[in-house]
Amino acid sequence: MEAYKVIEIKESVFADNDREADRIRAGLKGEKTFLLNLMSSPGAGKTTTLLRTIEALRDDLRIGVMEADIDSDVDAAAIAKAGVRSIQLHTGGMCHLDAGMTEQGLRELGTSDLDLVVLENVGNLVCPAEFDTGAVKNAMILSVPEGHDKPLKYPLIFTVCDVLLINKTDVLPYFDFDLEKVREYAHMRNPRLQIFPISAKTGEGVSAWTDWLRTQVREWTK
Amino acid sequence: MHELGIVFHVIDMVEKAAAENNAEAVASVTLELGEVSGVIPHELTGCWNWAVKKTERMREAALVIETIPAVTFCEGCGQTYPTVPQGKICPHCGSEHTWLRQGNEIQVKEIAIKEGPYGSV
Repeated sequence: MEAYKVIEIKESVFADNDREADRIRAGLKGEKTFLLNLMSSPGAGKTTTLLRTIEALRDDLRIGVMEADIDSDVDAAAIAKAGVRSIQLHTGGMCHLDAGMTEQGLRELGTSDLDLVVLENVGNLVCPAEFDTGAVKNAMILSVPEGHDKPLKYPLIFTVCDVLLINKTDVLPYFDFDLEKVREYAHMRNPRLQIFPISAKTGEGVSAWTDWLRTQVREWTK
Repeated sequence: MHELGIVFHVIDMVEKAAAENNAEAVASVTLELGEVSGVIPHELTGCWNWAVKKTERMREAALVIETIPAVTFCEGCGQTYPTVPQGKICPHCGSEHTWLRQGNEIQVKEIAIKEGPYGSV
């Protein structure tokens, strides 16, 4: 009979990833670059929100974008036309980005001359929430048609995010979406969560969000 | 859906530990999985069986899953209760101020290795 030796490991599967993410954050702090991890389901309006955000901030901040959708509906040219540097990340069919993939992307993008890098994560409310990407802040978009019960169904992502953007408020009259319920459910999961209702289409509410983001970037890069 | 990504992370960790311990092969990997970790054991095993075949040392490694029950602590009355049947609301006092004490772990507990010809270093 062959003898086996048992080695105790007792370490979280995410431990390596978390260490790598901390290293990325420290590196970004050193070169005064802010990384925002933007998450949502497919179709919540990440790209439109991103374009609005770029429009509001591009005079004040040097911005770069990393696109990570597996099957992107993003018009990469539109992002480029908005006057920011962007790259497409290759997740190899994976449903999320981890710290290692993010670091590769940051290197490819080149970040030393940027103030703000936005990582557009894969459209998905489950997997991206589990992997720390090394971002300074995590934001998610929930759109009105998705329903106000999402904080109950996908609790983890609401727990790890710093900001919740409630998008497509322009269609609120047509849906049974209760803004107050969303606040209640989301704050139950995460009392520190900042919530901004916006319409990326009409621009309503967007400035409150972009003002918040500008302040965060300035704090980080000063 | 994220099970494959998790499997890759586990394989990386185990490969590293196996190399450090001069293992010729890994016979088994014991994973502690919280009841509400969001990982589906059946899916995880499926991904595992596919992914280990692509490795050198872990080709024959069996995946052993130990479930950690989910337990919630209530700040209202200081008691604990099983999370899965009860959810967020404390069954003892009805409070909503509760948090998960254990049950979301995804952790490599131990590995069994076959040592190389020179023993462990």
